[in-house]
Amino acid sequence: MSRTPTRRRGLKLPAPPLPPSLQPPPPPPGTQRRRPHTPLEHAAEAGKTVVDWVDERTSLSGAARWAMFRKVPRGTNWFYTLGSATMFAFLSQAVTGVFLAMYYRPDAAGGAYESVRYISTSVFLGNFVRGMHRWGATVMVVLIFLHMARTFLWGAYKYPRELNWVIGVVLLILTMVMGFTGYLLPFDERSYWATIVGVNINGTGPILGPYLSDFLRGGPEFNATTLSRFYAIHMLILPGAIAALIGAHLYLVMKLGTTAPPWLRATPKEPELVEETV
Amino acid sequence: MPGAFEGETVTRRRFMTGTVHGAGMLMTAGFVVPSVAFALGPVFQNVTLGWQTVGHPDDFPDDNYVPVVITTSPGIGEAGKSTVYMRRRDPAVDTQPLTQYNHWVAITSRCSHLGCSVLWVEASQHFICPCHGSVFDVEGVRTSGPAPRPLDRFYTRLQDGLVQVGPRYSVNTELRAFSPRDPGEPLDGIGQYAYPSRPTVRKLPGSV
Repeated sequence: MSRTPTRRRGLKLPAPPLPPSLQPPPPPPGTQRRRPHTPLEHAAEAGKTVVDWVDERTSLSGAARWAMFRKVPRGTNWFYTLGSATMFAFLSQAVTGVFLAMYYRPDAAGGAYESVRYISTSVFLGNFVRGMHRWGATVMVVLIFLHMARTFLWGAYKYPRELNWVIGVVLLILTMVMGFTGYLLPFDERSYWATIVGVNINGTGPILGPYLSDFLRGGPEFNATTLSRFYAIHMLILPGAIAALIGAHLYLVMKLGTTAPPWLRATPKEPELVEETV
Repeated sequence: MPGAFEGETVTRRRFMTGTVHGAGMLMTAGFVVPSVAFALGPVFQNVTLGWQTVGHPDDFPDDNYVPVVITTSPGIGEAGKSTVYMRRRDPAVDTQPLTQYNHWVAITSRCSHLGCSVLWVEASQHFICPCHGSVFDVEGVRTSGPAPRPLDRFYTRLQDGLVQVGPRYSVNTELRAFSPRDPGEPLDGIGQYAYPSRPTVRKLPGSV
């Protein structure tokens, strides 16, 4: 069991950036490695064994290092955290949404409204979790636009990152559809009429608009299946699509790296003059 | 691609690869195509709204609208109901030809802009929408505001001495009948082609 398996294979993977004071000192030459004695050392050894067991069979540590210990450009600042903030907003929506689904009933004959009212008034912490989901939706949209503005103003959408911009725009659209479909679910007067108006706005697209409206409603009028349709889109179709696209988005960020802020000028190295003497 | 033997046009490896890929695609299509068709089904399914009795012929004067409530979407309680404004046809106002379906004028309360509920204001003899301020005259034709076409109408008929309200239809500014459109879709000029009628709802034959 080697402490540095990467060196053994001759791969140049970046090591975790531990300061020298925290790095373990190399054993003195000619000494055996000390066996663990204290319970703490045993626990640490057990942890390493488990991690090594998994890593030996998956080689995940290389991927984890590749993903996490990347070089970032000089001038990286807090604005670079807006993307992660958006992702955590999405994760918060996903977790609270899953648990809201335990109490919610997509019943257009009145059950939906009653179940939401039950969540808000009777379930332990129900109002809090619903509030997280409700306000988190707004927070996520705001964060997306801040993240997008940062990317635009930094010029970070330029070659070779155009594809990541395109994926980001698709994510923005999916988030908007999330907001639209989620707005109906409480099924009060506001969500009902907002959906009527929203579907009609969809319908004003020429040629395909009327058919899109029929698809969204599941018929020519708002009916009993409209709510379950919106619910299925909101909780099954879109979260999967958004999670997959976030994965692609993050992969490209890791693959291509981030851009330096625009106020940092590139300083090209002067070609060195080498004087040769014969 | 040349084969392993004389006259062989496809190698065995290539044939096997193609077969396996083809079988995989066929099996995937086997569950994807029905699922998508299942979700798209309602777009092609005709939904006919039956005739609903709303009152006696004497209930409706020819100089003022009377609101009645009909069910436009059964099974979802109050959310599936809609208000219809009704009056008897007045030949002095309603100049379009008389058919079996327009002895009574039934105008929807759904604004042709985005679907809010318009109110019949008797004092001004106009329909007024509270959302964006569209105003419609006594025939439901827009006089002001953002609405792109007149208010939709419903077919009416007399059955066993009672007035019945049937399916909805849309009209353009000349009050010609079209298959029902959703709010926000104009019917004048190229509007009727840019916003085609859908398989889910059609106007009745014999209406003008």
